[in-house]
Amino acid sequence: MSSKRFAYILVVLTLIALAIAPAVHAQDQVVITWWHINTDATQSAFWQSVADEFMAANPNVKIEITVLENEAFKSRLVTVMQAGDPPDLFQSWGGGVLWEYAKAGLVKNIAADLEGEWRDSFSAKAALELYGRNGEYYGVPWTWGAVGMFYNKALFAKAGIEKTPETWTEFLDVVKKLKAAGITPIALGERDKWPGHFWWVYLAIRLGGEEAFLAAYNRTGSFEAEPFVKAGEYLKELIDLEPFIEGFLGLGYGDQAAAMGDSRAAMELMGQWAPSVQASSSQSGGLGENLGWFPFPAVEGGAGNPNDVLGGGDGFAVGAKAEPEAVKFLRYITSVDVQRRAAAIWVLPTVAGAEDAVKDPILQTIIKARNEAPYFQLYYDQFLPPAVGQVVNDSVEKLFAGVATPAEVAAEIEAAAQRELGQ
Amino acid sequence: MSSVRFRVLPRAALSFAEHSLRRTTEKWLTIALLTLPGMIIFLMFLLIPIFQSSYYSLFKWNGFGPPTDFRGLSNYIDLFKDSVFIRSILNSLILMSSSLLLQLPLALGLALLVGRGRLFGRQLFRAILFIPYIFSEVITALIWLYVLHPNMGLMNRVFEAIIPNFKYIAWLADRNIALYAIFLVLTWKYFGFYMILYMAGLQSIPKELEEAGRIDGCNEFQVLRFVTIPLLGRTIRLTIFLSVLGSFQQFVVVWILTQGGPVNATSTIATYLYKYGIQRFALGYGSAVAVVLFCITLFFSLGYQRIVMYQDYVLRD
Repeated sequence: MSSKRFAYILVVLTLIALAIAPAVHAQDQVVITWWHINTDATQSAFWQSVADEFMAANPNVKIEITVLENEAFKSRLVTVMQAGDPPDLFQSWGGGVLWEYAKAGLVKNIAADLEGEWRDSFSAKAALELYGRNGEYYGVPWTWGAVGMFYNKALFAKAGIEKTPETWTEFLDVVKKLKAAGITPIALGERDKWPGHFWWVYLAIRLGGEEAFLAAYNRTGSFEAEPFVKAGEYLKELIDLEPFIEGFLGLGYGDQAAAMGDSRAAMELMGQWAPSVQASSSQSGGLGENLGWFPFPAVEGGAGNPNDVLGGGDGFAVGAKAEPEAVKFLRYITSVDVQRRAAAIWVLPTVAGAEDAVKDPILQTIIKARNEAPYFQLYYDQFLPPAVGQVVNDSVEKLFAGVATPAEVAAEIEAAAQRELGQ
Repeated sequence: MSSVRFRVLPRAALSFAEHSLRRTTEKWLTIALLTLPGMIIFLMFLLIPIFQSSYYSLFKWNGFGPPTDFRGLSNYIDLFKDSVFIRSILNSLILMSSSLLLQLPLALGLALLVGRGRLFGRQLFRAILFIPYIFSEVITALIWLYVLHPNMGLMNRVFEAIIPNFKYIAWLADRNIALYAIFLVLTWKYFGFYMILYMAGLQSIPKELEEAGRIDGCNEFQVLRFVTIPLLGRTIRLTIFLSVLGSFQQFVVVWILTQGGPVNATSTIATYLYKYGIQRFALGYGSAVAVVLFCITLFFSLGYQRIVMYQDYVLRD
């Protein structure tokens, strides 16, 4: 055998050995695949450091992180779910979508691990419930907020408004006063559709409460029931006052946040992330001290409790094939220590011991509203099958554009619910 | 002599026939081998998905697990009963006909201006007019999102400066205007491309023919009408073909500018497909939309190539 050929074979054999080596080595090692959507540099760096800490404490564990942008995450997740191969830990908003995965056996029941101390540590109880059903749990939330009304204190003062409105009638008065003072009352970017659907859903919560929604969801009731039609009628009262920024049907959420941040509108109905988006998409860099928050007004005679809250947040779900170490790591993510540090960056902690790490008074109010809500309504487009959620968004947009009546909107949503949830 | 030829000929003929047979098989084998990778990719990423879509379109299917809920043609029936889908087809037709009636003549006019002649600085104009086509569709749409902004947009500011008491128009928020605003953006983006095609076509027209026309007493318009444009026919037929297909498949610009809104006023077949098929997890229904879009473009392509562009291929050969 020529030495050249021998050397060649030797190189090939070495390469094969090198390729096999990590695989052999990995057998006594546990690999956790983790998909999250926090693409922001500080946030993803934070998750990396949390994973590093856990790996340092557990040398047999290797955590492989995949960071995906929100939309890319959704489409990639659908693909791996179809293949029946979910990641061990992945972003989940809880509710109906997660329950669909549970029905298909794609997520792991962690109820036994959760029982006791871990479970008791959560202050966002209602949020935790959205990650399970019928005594089973498939994940936990690590940040959770609420949708409420952000308002510009300076503009309110300019219009002579001394008190934030508590009822829908008072709210409409505030809108009229602002208009009379030449101020655009409400920022809205309806091209994206979801910012507008908050209004309709909140009115439905105030009018029908938990009972009406769950009845419609469980198909003992209907989305054509009185509270849902009335929600449209109340909303139409507001729309008829023309309170929104110019051209709102063609503007997106970014424009909405910019209008708020630059004081071109006095209010917006939005989730806990609003202040940071206002700051990043406006020239002023945010309203700072001038920004205030109040809960969505109560509706006189409505069946819902005025403290009920609409909102959502982020959690991690556990994939069906996850090893016990993945659950252990999830527990570490929601430990008080990690949650406190996360709170300093962007998170509204879901465990009681970490809440005081949030310094911003508005965010503190939101945490309080979230914890004390008798009924927590998860965003429709997370709770309901995607098809119904999209129809809610699309039909409510018609109400804003003035091309459908409240009854037609309710009928359209009911038709979609019948198609997707059954008669 | 003849016997000699007789003795030699069969052998030579035989070997020649054998040889040529081997050559043809070799030739075909080579062709097959060389096109194999391309054929495999074509098969995997084009033909198979098309058949899969047609298959999925017969089911109610949310994309999880294999499709099992067979519904026959009900997706297609629902599709043609949906007023939004009909609207989407109409919108695609409006975009198509406006492209043919406005965008292409504009491109042709500009090509005649800057493609030749003695216009001062025409090379600079040529470059400037072509720039929009170089931008990606996403960039184009994002730029125009600012230009068409209802309060701060350049468009409103310009009109305000020209027209006294001009009231700001919400270009993308008005259901009667939004589609035309999108057409404006598409025109801005694509006329440069057609202009370049026309310029190339113009260059291949021999100057002598036009000069002959002039000598025979044609004025400039008549030269254009009876010599230049007829000779440009092949390019014009090609641009019509590209323009029609492009209008039917338009997605990116529409999606970024309006997402098909407000209330479906600018929905095209492609945005309808994305919204109803992908966003609502109704992959069976979405597949039905895709099949319809595929059939429209396929039949147009085949028909147009057969009837209109056929002459171009024959002339070529």
